[in-house]
Amino acid sequence: MTLNGWLQILVFCGIVLVLVKPLGAYMTRVFSGERTILSPVLVPIERGLYALAGTSERESQHWTAYAFALLMFNLFGTLVLYLLLRFQDILPLNPAGMAAVPPELSFNTAVSFVSNTNWQNYGGESTMSYLTQMAGFTVQNFLSAATGMAIAIGLIRAFSGASGTSGTVGLSGKKTIGNFWVDMARGTLYVLLPACILLTLVYVWLGVPQTFGPYVEATTIEGARQTIAVGPVASQLAIKMLGTNGGGFFNANSAHPFENPDNISNMIQMVSIFAIGAAFTNVFGRMVGNQRQGWAILAAMGLLFITGVGVVYWAEASGNPFMHQLGLMGGNMEGKETRFGIAMSSLFAVITTAASCGAVNAMHGSFTALGGLIPLINMQLGEVIVGGVGAGFYGIVLFIIIAIFVAGLMVGRTPEYLGKKIEAKEMKMAVLAILCLPLAMLIFTAIATVLPSAVASIGTAGPHGFSEILYAYTSAAANNGSAFGGLTGNTPWYNVTLGLSMLMGRFLVIIPALAIAGSLIAKKTVPASAGTFPTDGPLFVGLLVGTILIVGGLTFMPALALGPVVEHLVMIAGQTF
Amino acid sequence: MSQSKSASIMDSRILVPAVGAAFAKLDPRTLSRNPVMFVVATVSVLTTVLFLRDLILGGENLGFSLQINIWLWFTVLFANFAEAVAEGRGKAQAESLRRTRTETQAKLLTGSDRTQYKQVPGTSLKVNDVVLVEAGDIIPSDGEVIEGVASVNEAAITGESAPVIRESGGDRSAVTGGTQVLSDWIRVRITAAAGSTFIDRMISLVEGAERQKTPNEIALNILLAGMTLIFVLATATIPSFASYAGGSIPIIVLVALFVTLIPTTIGALLSAIGIAGMDRLVRFNVLAMSGRAVEAAGDVDTLLLDKTGTITLGNRQATSFRPVRGVSEQDLADAAQLASLADETPEGRSIVVLAKEQYAIRGRDMAGLKATFVPFTAQTRMSGVDLDGSQIRKGAVDAVLSYVEPGAPALAGNAMIAARPQSDVVGELQAIAEEIAKAGSTPLAVARDGKLLGVIQLKDIVKGGIRERFAELRRMGIRTVMITGDNPMTAAAIAAEAGVDDFLAQATPENKLSLIREEQAKGKLVAMCGDGTNDAPALAQADVGVAMNTGTVAAREAGNMVDLDSDPTKLIEIVEIGKQLLMTRGALTTFSIANDIAKYFAIIPAMFLAFYPQLGVLNIMGLATPQSAILSAIIFNALIIIALIPLSLRGVKYRAVGAGALLSRNLLIYGLGGILVPFIGIKAIDVVITAIGLA
Repeated sequence: MTLNGWLQILVFCGIVLVLVKPLGAYMTRVFSGERTILSPVLVPIERGLYALAGTSERESQHWTAYAFALLMFNLFGTLVLYLLLRFQDILPLNPAGMAAVPPELSFNTAVSFVSNTNWQNYGGESTMSYLTQMAGFTVQNFLSAATGMAIAIGLIRAFSGASGTSGTVGLSGKKTIGNFWVDMARGTLYVLLPACILLTLVYVWLGVPQTFGPYVEATTIEGARQTIAVGPVASQLAIKMLGTNGGGFFNANSAHPFENPDNISNMIQMVSIFAIGAAFTNVFGRMVGNQRQGWAILAAMGLLFITGVGVVYWAEASGNPFMHQLGLMGGNMEGKETRFGIAMSSLFAVITTAASCGAVNAMHGSFTALGGLIPLINMQLGEVIVGGVGAGFYGIVLFIIIAIFVAGLMVGRTPEYLGKKIEAKEMKMAVLAILCLPLAMLIFTAIATVLPSAVASIGTAGPHGFSEILYAYTSAAANNGSAFGGLTGNTPWYNVTLGLSMLMGRFLVIIPALAIAGSLIAKKTVPASAGTFPTDGPLFVGLLVGTILIVGGLTFMPALALGPVVEHLVMIAGQTF
Repeated sequence: MSQSKSASIMDSRILVPAVGAAFAKLDPRTLSRNPVMFVVATVSVLTTVLFLRDLILGGENLGFSLQINIWLWFTVLFANFAEAVAEGRGKAQAESLRRTRTETQAKLLTGSDRTQYKQVPGTSLKVNDVVLVEAGDIIPSDGEVIEGVASVNEAAITGESAPVIRESGGDRSAVTGGTQVLSDWIRVRITAAAGSTFIDRMISLVEGAERQKTPNEIALNILLAGMTLIFVLATATIPSFASYAGGSIPIIVLVALFVTLIPTTIGALLSAIGIAGMDRLVRFNVLAMSGRAVEAAGDVDTLLLDKTGTITLGNRQATSFRPVRGVSEQDLADAAQLASLADETPEGRSIVVLAKEQYAIRGRDMAGLKATFVPFTAQTRMSGVDLDGSQIRKGAVDAVLSYVEPGAPALAGNAMIAARPQSDVVGELQAIAEEIAKAGSTPLAVARDGKLLGVIQLKDIVKGGIRERFAELRRMGIRTVMITGDNPMTAAAIAAEAGVDDFLAQATPENKLSLIREEQAKGKLVAMCGDGTNDAPALAQADVGVAMNTGTVAAREAGNMVDLDSDPTKLIEIVEIGKQLLMTRGALTTFSIANDIAKYFAIIPAMFLAFYPQLGVLNIMGLATPQSAILSAIIFNALIIIALIPLSLRGVKYRAVGAGALLSRNLLIYGLGGILVPFIGIKAIDVVITAIGLA
């Protein structure tokens, strides 16, 4: 580890923290329907969209209607993307003449992009047409991100009591959590689109290609002919990071020089992964009328994050004792780009797995065992360390509900968070949502590790191979999308089961989260008093971290022990695989 | 049932039957009420069958699996035992109650004028029957006095042997079946059929027969069931992971890991905690009609407290004599003492005491004075004495003024007064009276022969220590509101002196009810106590309504708790008991979940050691062998239940220090403690079982 490395890590944290307040303030205005600097341009477009959808800003939906709209919209999106993939050979904007994508891979890919996972069982530049990349992937990158934001906003309203629109007020309090279409439109138009336009221009300036032209033919100095893949990369790159999607234009993702030219583009990419997710804690604080509540949540996330970065950076910088015996001193550079080095590769790996992004600038499978352990844990905790846009926030709220429920009793009151009582209904939904992750991650891994055809896909024997399978299902269920390398995922078995994991990890969390929002919004807010559990101080931060690690993490102890942990111990003992 | 008679946890009269009950509770129908223990019992059956199979067909490590099996069953039995001990304490109380429910004969009044009666068995009475109860009779069932006055011994339910007065009309008209009339007679209209009387309900409540899960318990059970499912996934997937690594794990080891990981500690003690909470109330002589009410007590945000008897001593006391100008204090004291000699009210007696202590005015020979006493009536609102042709009156200021004003003959006993116009004196007296009222006291005017002498100050004495009590409540986040019939001025003064947060003056049942509704509309939970029929709507509206046992039937029906001692101060203790119940539940849940870390460190290296010997470094406790490690973990898991029974019955101590401080303290003890204790415990057990050669 070097001082320079830590300074870069600190710079990253500093930029993210500086962005939290202004972005939080802006997003709060956007989702509350207040006027913003962009309103003169966007309000007419917004109105037009509502007219087209047959809805109005004044309409507010019950959580079931909100969830139904969300599910239908996502189902429709999946179908469109599936058809685009299946028929890309006969559709326009296909200068490289890509063939139609086979059914299982199309299913996997469609689900992958709609669920904000962006798991890629294909190589982008060798499989997908420009139309698929732009009208299919980039569109879903926007929409899946906006979907996550909409859910988070719906849940925040449950605590703040605002309905987002001038919605109907029931007898026993508000019943509606906002309008899905309005939240989607605002998230996309006011937050994602403007930021992405800006970021695209910056990336182009930094040298990322943005063209509809065909691949470039080149002759090397040795005289060999080479095809250099280009395309509308910059625009997809912008949303891939900002929307925590992670699906690369190129197979090498952000390790590819066209997708991540230098350290500046690398820093911008890392910051844009965290920007919206971190700002959501501030949106929450503002909407519930106490920004400290938001900072407390961010502090818990930050604590877990910095610990993770420390471990990975230390593990990678320490390197491999075998190499040291051979006289190759220094850290582990296998699978890393020299232009980023160990510090920025370690940081990137922790960010991308903490935040449900899945973009990579180094090969996680080549990390040391402990270096690979942290990304796995980050995802297994449900990606609540900042997390995916919106998704990270509603994920951590589920843990907050559990934490408050368990420990909140210890102040001598039935549990309540921000004045809302946590009762059987909320508990049922939170448990359901938290249960679905180990279900998808562990059960599929358990089947795959004894299924000969599935085991055949792994690239390395022993515990590392086990980690490859575990990582694949973990990444899919957590909607991350990063891969551990080595594993050949494009088989019918993996295409289908990984697709199912993605669906479970996405929608079996979303529905309970919205149900909690619907239940909480109808409840009276109990005013805070000296007897109320304080949720804006270090005590709460510690409690939340403890709950996340124990409730979210302990489930995976046996699996982790048999994967990265044993791999590390075996490596120390002098055996490799 | 006095507070002191609390059955000790170590009482063999409770422990011995509880052992039997622990086995009886293995009935699947009983077990299924508790999801966690039901799961443990189910897997124990499974491993027992496997063990028997191995025993017959021959298998390896029979001693080890036998021990695991035994400890698995102990885990279930210990949980049952905890519940049985908690129930046992209530059962002992129910037993003493049952003895009072002996067969009684009732004198059922018959005929249209209800002058005749016939002897019928008490159990045959129906609601609305009218019975006659005379001195020495046992009241046959719950009812309301419709005629007569009698002294009643209610020791059967309150444990208090001093008789109480029960009379028709007013707030003391309710009688309870099983209590005994000591003198006089009453006619009672029966309000409860046989089997649903107050004592019947008390018995079923303290026995826990009607115990239903409270909302918070249900939610907690959902979490515990969810965590059990999560650990099903964690353990059920291990064999497949192990087979990938080329190893295999015996089922008995997987079951041991599973049972130690699921929250058995809290699962085992949850119902004991709930029963103990109700029991703590019973020992305070408070009966909660539902566990929900006890939970709500912990959540109370606003306490409505009656001034009289709760905040102030029941009676006002004379604290000073304030004569008008020209009258000496001695004169006023003398007149006041004379007027009060025959006044048996506490206020009257306090005037005599004050006159004696401060002005050395002794008691007099009443017969020698040829005095005629004029008693207090609601019409005159005055009392006094006529002697030697002189009339002394004392009473409410306006009453005395209107007694003095109309054509008072100027029989001047004192020239100074005669010289002054009467209205001047009236003005002065009113000024004094107002000053006294502002200070929170009650003015009592005194006049002799139509001349105003001055005012007696009757002061509400605020109970000692009550101010500190309210400060404590404030730190708990609870707002106190004083309810009084006094005028706002007096109320404000007493409120300030007692340190309550707010007050409701000139309270009527209506504005009491609307105050509760107002607070509830703000999302607050309200507790109050009351006894009169007109308190019933407010008692029913309040989240915690404590009815006084002396109160009317309507009040007792409306409230969700009954205080057998009729002591309104108890509301504060009730809140603390509610908080204690919730805290105990939270503390043990936290402890239970935090325990898992150590158990993983015990079992995971032991489980995988055969095919990944390197994982031995995770054996940070240095447990002797894989078998001893697994055995130690499961023994710890079972024994911790027994070890925590006293805590779950006694409850975690509540301290009024504010939520933040309370939470950090409890998190330190039960969170951090929950992480560390099993490391020490498992290691200790490992040392012991290795030493005696069990593993």
